[in-house]
Amino acid sequence: MKKVLGIFAFLCLLYLLILIATDPEAWGSNNFNLSKRIGVYGISCLGVGLLIVTGGVDLSIGSVICFCAATFCWLVLDCKLPIPLAIFAILLLGAGIGALNGVLVTYVGLQAFVVTLCGLFAYRGAARWMTNDDIPRIAPAVASWSAFCNDSFLGVSVFAWMLLGFFAMATVFLHFTIHGRYFFAIGNNERAAHYSGINVNFYKILAYVLCSLFAAIGALMEVFWISSVQASSTGNFMELYAIAGAVLGGCSLRGGDGTTTGMIIGTAILCLLRNLIQMAEIKDYLEPVVIGGALLLCAILDEMLRRGISWSDISLFLRQLFRKQTP
Amino acid sequence: MASLLRAVNISKAFPGVQALADVNLHVERGEVVAVVGENGAGKSTLMKILAGVTTADSGMLEVDGRPVALRSVTEAEHLGIVLIHQELNLAGNLDIAGNIFLGREPTWGGVLGLIDHSRMHDDAAHITGRLGLLASPYAVVDTLSIGQQQLVEIARALSLQSRLLILDEPTSSLTESETALLFRVLSELTEQGISILYISHRLKEVEIIADRVVVLRDGKNAGDLVGDEIMHHAIVQRMVGRELKQFFQRHRPEAIAGVHPVVSVRGVRWSEQQKGIDFTIAPGEIVGMAGLMGSGRTELAETLFGVRRMVSGAVAIDGVTIPIRTPADAINAGIFLIPEDRRVQGLILVDTVKDNISLTQLSSLSRFGIVQGSQEDELAQAMCQQFNVRTPSTSQTVANLSGGNQQKVVLAKWLSRTPRLLIMDEPTRGIDVGAKSEIYALMDDLAEKGAAILMISSDLEEILGMSDRVLVMHDGDLAGQLRRNELSEQVIMHLATGGAAKT
Repeated sequence: MKKVLGIFAFLCLLYLLILIATDPEAWGSNNFNLSKRIGVYGISCLGVGLLIVTGGVDLSIGSVICFCAATFCWLVLDCKLPIPLAIFAILLLGAGIGALNGVLVTYVGLQAFVVTLCGLFAYRGAARWMTNDDIPRIAPAVASWSAFCNDSFLGVSVFAWMLLGFFAMATVFLHFTIHGRYFFAIGNNERAAHYSGINVNFYKILAYVLCSLFAAIGALMEVFWISSVQASSTGNFMELYAIAGAVLGGCSLRGGDGTTTGMIIGTAILCLLRNLIQMAEIKDYLEPVVIGGALLLCAILDEMLRRGISWSDISLFLRQLFRKQTP
Repeated sequence: MASLLRAVNISKAFPGVQALADVNLHVERGEVVAVVGENGAGKSTLMKILAGVTTADSGMLEVDGRPVALRSVTEAEHLGIVLIHQELNLAGNLDIAGNIFLGREPTWGGVLGLIDHSRMHDDAAHITGRLGLLASPYAVVDTLSIGQQQLVEIARALSLQSRLLILDEPTSSLTESETALLFRVLSELTEQGISILYISHRLKEVEIIADRVVVLRDGKNAGDLVGDEIMHHAIVQRMVGRELKQFFQRHRPEAIAGVHPVVSVRGVRWSEQQKGIDFTIAPGEIVGMAGLMGSGRTELAETLFGVRRMVSGAVAIDGVTIPIRTPADAINAGIFLIPEDRRVQGLILVDTVKDNISLTQLSSLSRFGIVQGSQEDELAQAMCQQFNVRTPSTSQTVANLSGGNQQKVVLAKWLSRTPRLLIMDEPTRGIDVGAKSEIYALMDDLAEKGAAILMISSDLEEILGMSDRVLVMHDGDLAGQLRRNELSEQVIMHLATGGAAKT
């Protein structure tokens, strides 16, 4: 709880800085754009966050998003599937990819890192093959869906409202149901969970399914958002933003720790940082540097809090370091 | 001439345990001294002190009559003392010569540090020849048998100019012929004046090889045996001789004979090498399971609970055969396991008392999958009260509780439902006397309610104090079954160390 309050304070500070950096007349449109981005990014962060709680990780999210988006275009344009049916098929595809990851990790016994690293390569390549490295003309086919999604409701993007819905569901699932409890138990001590009669493999696979399913939802949002798919760039680095958001939000990559609220705040911080960089007219390519630095700083602060290190300890450490270098 | 090694009044304490108290030991040149004792008697700690792995809290060590401080393994090796661990420490991907000279490879080329392969392999061949190890020094260690690997470890020790070899359970994974070869090598070494400290649970081997036996009990010397005195029963007597305390709370039922058993286990095996384990437990009966570490007690518990795959065999509860493939199967049949290591398998340490207690029964505490917080609180409160868990609140993190209270939380986690078979693996290891007594009272209570209890324990006092009947395991099979009136520590240790059952 303390952790969430800390990052929430940081989020508020960032927002304040953005307000200062922006022309008051542009506040409304900036808010709208921000909420749109948070909506799309938040969904994959929730997915990977649930997985990280069980002690897993998924590096293939970005590629899965791209592959799902490309498949969606193919289903709509080439197979002439009605859009609701295509959406359903993509959700199934996402769940299937997750199930495959989960089975490889549990029953085959491979490392999550390796399995999903392979996915990172494979699904990106598959998407390029599927689109022939072209940009499918999906815009006219999804025009009405696109218009609906890009609209705003009470000044906030429809995407953000969607995220709010998924956030509510994920929160109930993770923090109020038995299944969520089992996720935490497995992440904290898989053996104790197993010895308590929990079907560990089932829940681990479920976590992978949810993660990829949320990525598939993210893919659909992406298609409706920009009405275009480019296999070489769609979803690029999304897994890293998602994992970064979850970690910023207090998930431990060792598993067993994290809150859905934290995940959303973490994603929001990433999006606000990016926005602030644009507003402050810092060079575009410095953005990853700022995000990497912010993440590292958070990790250091978190570790200090955990170990109870005070500033005097740090100054002592620095002094010792300094002494060593000047004999 | 002064003894090769003399250890005087060695003491060592770990948090909560006095591992060694004023232990004395001396080793002469060319002598084989066996160190024996029950699990936890302090053998390993003593050996680690002698080999410089850990240091003693107090006491004195002398080598060749001169006091020495062994602060590290390197220092001990410098004085010619080398410990060979039970689990071999070899780099399996390197060849024999590479392992023998690991970290001390002969080099040439100055700072470049190029390995002088021909010299290394020649030297290695010389040493392995001395040991009768037939493999080429170029053979990769992973391709050798365990017995040959053991010899490579000894070769490494010899290459260090070792004068005292400490062997910790060297035969635990050797076949009979490999053991015979090892013994031949050891006796040749002693003829060359090398001394050997030999630690083993296998008293038969001790009878064969030892010139002198040093018995440890509860971290103290319990007598030495020399020459003809070295006999199985004499050793066992010194290993266990002590008084039983009166804190076991067992109200034994009058007669259990004739009642249908709660549990019957038929031909259960978890590895192909076993003969298969058979036993039954009657309602209200507490069956103790004794045996040394590695005798298969924990493996049996894990197999009955569905954690370990059952190769063959059947388990019936109340006459109905239950297929057990997962812990969930076992739990549904009423088989609960209090696991050996509560911190690894029993509890989620970073979680609260409440979360741990409710973990096994969340489905009955929830409506439509949503956990009902108030019911969960009530359950945790009630269980903590019933089991007398001393904690400031049920939202306390389990890691902050004492060992005894942690174990009570493990019990509370399972016992809101009455089990049919409760398997307890080392139920009181490392907990204080008060909590022990409370746990014994709980067991008695459960038995009175008609549950069957299988209590695995290395603590013979506990086995004798609580059991109505005792099963003894040795090398993955049942070595014998003892009724209450046949029980004595000597008989149990006799069976557990591979002595033949009386017929």
